[in-house]
Amino acid sequence: MKYLLIALALLVITVILILPLGAVFVQAFDKGWDAYLVAIQDEETRSSIYLSLLATGVAVPLNMIFGVAAAWAVTKFRFPGKSLLVTLIDIPFGVSPVVAGLIYILVFGAQGWLGPWLAEHDIRIVFALPGIILATVFVTFPFVARELIPLMESQGANEEEAAMVLGASGWQMFWRVTLPNIKWGLLYGTVTCTARALGEFGAVSVVSGHIRGETNTLPLHVEILYNEYNYAGAFAVASLLSAVAVVALLLKKVVEWKNNEH
Amino acid sequence: MSIEALHIKKSFGTFQALDDVSIRIETGELVALLGPSGSGKTSLLRIIAGLESPDSGSVNLYGENATDTSVNERRVGFVFQHYALFRHMTVFENIAFGLRVRPKATRPSEGEIKSRVGKLLELIQLSWLSDRYPHQLSGGQRQRVALARALAVEPRVLLLDEPFGALDAKVRRELRKWLRRLHDEIHITSVFVTHDQEEALAVSDRVAIMNHGVIEQIGAPGDVRGNPATPFVAEFLSDC
Repeated sequence: MKYLLIALALLVITVILILPLGAVFVQAFDKGWDAYLVAIQDEETRSSIYLSLLATGVAVPLNMIFGVAAAWAVTKFRFPGKSLLVTLIDIPFGVSPVVAGLIYILVFGAQGWLGPWLAEHDIRIVFALPGIILATVFVTFPFVARELIPLMESQGANEEEAAMVLGASGWQMFWRVTLPNIKWGLLYGTVTCTARALGEFGAVSVVSGHIRGETNTLPLHVEILYNEYNYAGAFAVASLLSAVAVVALLLKKVVEWKNNEH
Repeated sequence: MSIEALHIKKSFGTFQALDDVSIRIETGELVALLGPSGSGKTSLLRIIAGLESPDSGSVNLYGENATDTSVNERRVGFVFQHYALFRHMTVFENIAFGLRVRPKATRPSEGEIKSRVGKLLELIQLSWLSDRYPHQLSGGQRQRVALARALAVEPRVLLLDEPFGALDAKVRRELRKWLRRLHDEIHITSVFVTHDQEEALAVSDRVAIMNHGVIEQIGAPGDVRGNPATPFVAEFLSDC
């Protein structure tokens, strides 16, 4: 029975997870190394890589700050509405990313609530970088907070209190006591958050407008290339995203392993 | 270096933790707050430290009103029930913490920190453990490190929350004697919370017996045992 279950699990994992991932790389290098490099060095591909890195580079630090702040508020203080806040943090997990994108169109779009005001002040959010960043922040918001809340809950507020009694200011307490205690959890959450931010498709797809060379992120670019029957290009770009995923997975393992050491 | 709490009231939700409690602790005294769990003794200690603020009433430290002084400015030493040592710092760094976080103007030099921490390590007889981390220490060792850390900032009063609560009976008795000797040596005004009658009577100069958020009686161990003021005190002290 035991071996049957193991075999079954292996079979499912191979067919559903490993084969497709391998196929991405096989397809990407189908026409050789040179074709791969050409596909990657294409100008629009490069601009989409740049845009994805930029959006991720802004969204992830923001979510690190939000995540730490939210986890801190929830675990170290008692206040009314606390459980509501914990529930709200999970909203992005429950809401389809497409809906998240549509929400931003509804609020910031030309016909949206703030549309006229934004147009008046010549601020572009939808179909531009700010919209892409907003959508990415929304979708990846829970990762850091979700990782930290149980960790900080189990650690309690005792060490923080000890630091305060010993004369530490709020900042000293945070930098010298809280942050070192949560650093591995924070790193773990950040890796997950980064992987998800780079790969985000749905929400970004709605707010980006797919303007080539301008508002096309990596995942959106994969879809465009694929729809144009440029399979080599699509899979080459997809292999980049897959590589990011593999690296993130390895990093998470390293962090877990480091964390268990302490 | 006296401590005075006047007409302290504190409630958590509908639970009245302290109901008009007043107590005065003289300079150099070692006073025990004794009572069953939920009697308000820890709340009172935390209010004196500034870790909680009272709903009404005032706290005077060293003859000055400290009710609105924040916890990091009260200069009290506090030993937590479960030690609350900084888990990612060595024993040395734990003890040095209070000195390192001082503003530049009053912060001792690195050499001075070293010698002061060294002296405290000698006092708690753990010099050989200065590079260890808290999780590598026994309960009794952690307790002594917590005490040294609290003393490092040269507090004017020392507050201890169930200092021996998590230790086994033998270590408990040893540390208890040790604390009494330490107090006789440095004469720091001290308050400690305990639910153990024997411990309170054996160690302290005076005992305050608490129940349901009020102090039922306060006096020297012999007095409270000989002349219990209320039926509760009589019953609570009867099993020792």
